[in-house]
Amino acid sequence: MDAQFWTYTLVGITFSLYIGIAIWSRAKSTKEFYIAGGGIHPVINGMATAADWMSAASFISMAGIISFLGYGGSQYLMGWTGGYVLLALCLAPYLRKFGKFTVPDFIGERYYSQNARTIALICAIFVSFTYVVGQMKGVGVAFSRFLEIPYDSGVIIGIAIVFFYAVLGGMKGITYTQVAQYCVLIFAFTVPAIYLSLQATGNPIPQVGFGSKTLDGVYLLEKLNLLSVDLGFDKYTDINRTTLINVFFITGALMFGTAGLPHVIVRFFTVPKVRDARISAGWALLFISILYTTAPAVAAFAKVNLINTVSNAKYTDMPDWFKNWENTGLLQFDDKNADGIIQYVADTQVNELTIDNDIMVLANPEIANLPPWVIGLIVAGGLAAALSTAAGLLLVISTSISHDLLKKNINPNISEKGELWAARISIAVAVVAAGLAGLNPPGFVAEVVALAFGLAASSFFPAIILGIFDKKMNKEGAISGMLTGIIFTALYILYFKPQLGGSGLPENYLFGISPEGIGTIGMIINFIVSLIVSRLTKPTPEKIKDLVESIRYPK
Amino acid sequence: MKEKYWKKNIMYLRVLLTIWFISSFGFGILFAESLNNFYLGGFPLGFWFAQQGSIYIFVILIFVYVYLMNKLDKKHNLEE
Repeated sequence: MDAQFWTYTLVGITFSLYIGIAIWSRAKSTKEFYIAGGGIHPVINGMATAADWMSAASFISMAGIISFLGYGGSQYLMGWTGGYVLLALCLAPYLRKFGKFTVPDFIGERYYSQNARTIALICAIFVSFTYVVGQMKGVGVAFSRFLEIPYDSGVIIGIAIVFFYAVLGGMKGITYTQVAQYCVLIFAFTVPAIYLSLQATGNPIPQVGFGSKTLDGVYLLEKLNLLSVDLGFDKYTDINRTTLINVFFITGALMFGTAGLPHVIVRFFTVPKVRDARISAGWALLFISILYTTAPAVAAFAKVNLINTVSNAKYTDMPDWFKNWENTGLLQFDDKNADGIIQYVADTQVNELTIDNDIMVLANPEIANLPPWVIGLIVAGGLAAALSTAAGLLLVISTSISHDLLKKNINPNISEKGELWAARISIAVAVVAAGLAGLNPPGFVAEVVALAFGLAASSFFPAIILGIFDKKMNKEGAISGMLTGIIFTALYILYFKPQLGGSGLPENYLFGISPEGIGTIGMIINFIVSLIVSRLTKPTPEKIKDLVESIRYPK
Repeated sequence: MKEKYWKKNIMYLRVLLTIWFISSFGFGILFAESLNNFYLGGFPLGFWFAQQGSIYIFVILIFVYVYLMNKLDKKHNLEE
């Protein structure tokens, strides 16, 4: 039985599972549709949050990026986990106590202002939409590479599945499918990693194997450093001092962005109590950390395997997978000196091999000669990661429209039944819109994701933190802070991203900070502006001070 | 009484977030180069903090916070 058979089988089984769960968990009220009824067990919510959070990028691309950046890849590992400490300690319990449905809900009520609510709702939709297009693209890519289904049909199959369970079940359906998707993706990620670790070091735990000796008695990382230096690259574990400031700021932007992303925050509205919200963030990070501590190990094993296989080897001796991946364009060999031997080196003049980041996870099973069912597992896992994140994001878009825009802005008298229908229709429209955008992905999807994190860090994070910890923060302060933070961050990214039409040059970066890290500065600006403006304008009404007081205590 | 609860909560946050900052931005980034002169098995220490250690510490921090706050809730009779 070949890889193709296994891929069809495993993708078929997992997709049927998601559909089965969707039918079983239909939402009957807006409370079920928005926050799954509010009675989700904290461990279940932790698992759902982990799947919600880990996207196609975490599953397919991250290990490959680390593989090529070495130490430099750490910014993604710390940045995409550290935000959970902020969520658990500074946001989740208080927002749970506040006990509404959405992030714009909190901003609107806490800052007693429809304008604040509207700004928050536009940000929530923008952030979620840019992010979801990337997921749709991931689904199309997974289908087209492994199942020989055209990219477009892949995206359409993805839309159909998400449409089914998101429209039927809302947050309730999404929560339970996300639990299933977490199990699929974590199994799919760790199984090949265990194989790789055993092969390389004889230790079955990748996190330990990564720091162990290889079978010839040299530490794996030392070996990788030596190989890298031989080929003219920096040592894998070495820290490049010139980019350190940038690593610092990117890590910050990702952490604060994580803590401000609406699709993550709303997950904490689904648990029954404040103490559940706290522990649930702990479970979420524990489940996430299983993948995030395995990924750097996979990165190192894969890099050693790759160098050993291709470096200075004859092109005609390359195994089948090499040719297969060449056909997809993810691997490109250009025999510059026409000696029939692959030169894979740092010097771009001499280097003959171009490798796409994604190959490190996607082609790993073939490079390491793993059994064919592992390949099917990787595809099912990648799809689970993309679909679970897409569903969470689509829900944010739909609740922003049906709840924040329709119910709270346009028609407060809408009936419960009417609102539920509006929620269903808006998620259906959002799914289709995201799918259409995924069919014609703008070339800059990856670039826009930087914008999503930057905007979340520079808008929501300070507004929520100040809303909880600073009673004196008033609507004038919060609104001006959010606006300056967003505008500064967006303009900086637009100016310095050539893919978005910007003309700025890297030499002119502010303090050497690249667009990916500027959200940290945007956040600081937001905090400063909010604090100054709030102290110079009308004090917060007593009623709001009482509200802040009440969210600080669990009872 | 309630004021005491909030003050204690803020104190916990200060301590835990300081550890959060030092283990990631400190050991994982700013001091990583010097820490790389020390080894943990095959890992240079700064590299280990950046790609493994900080993440383990994050998980532990949240569970410690949960433990401390549950105790504090109980002491102040604020359990739901």
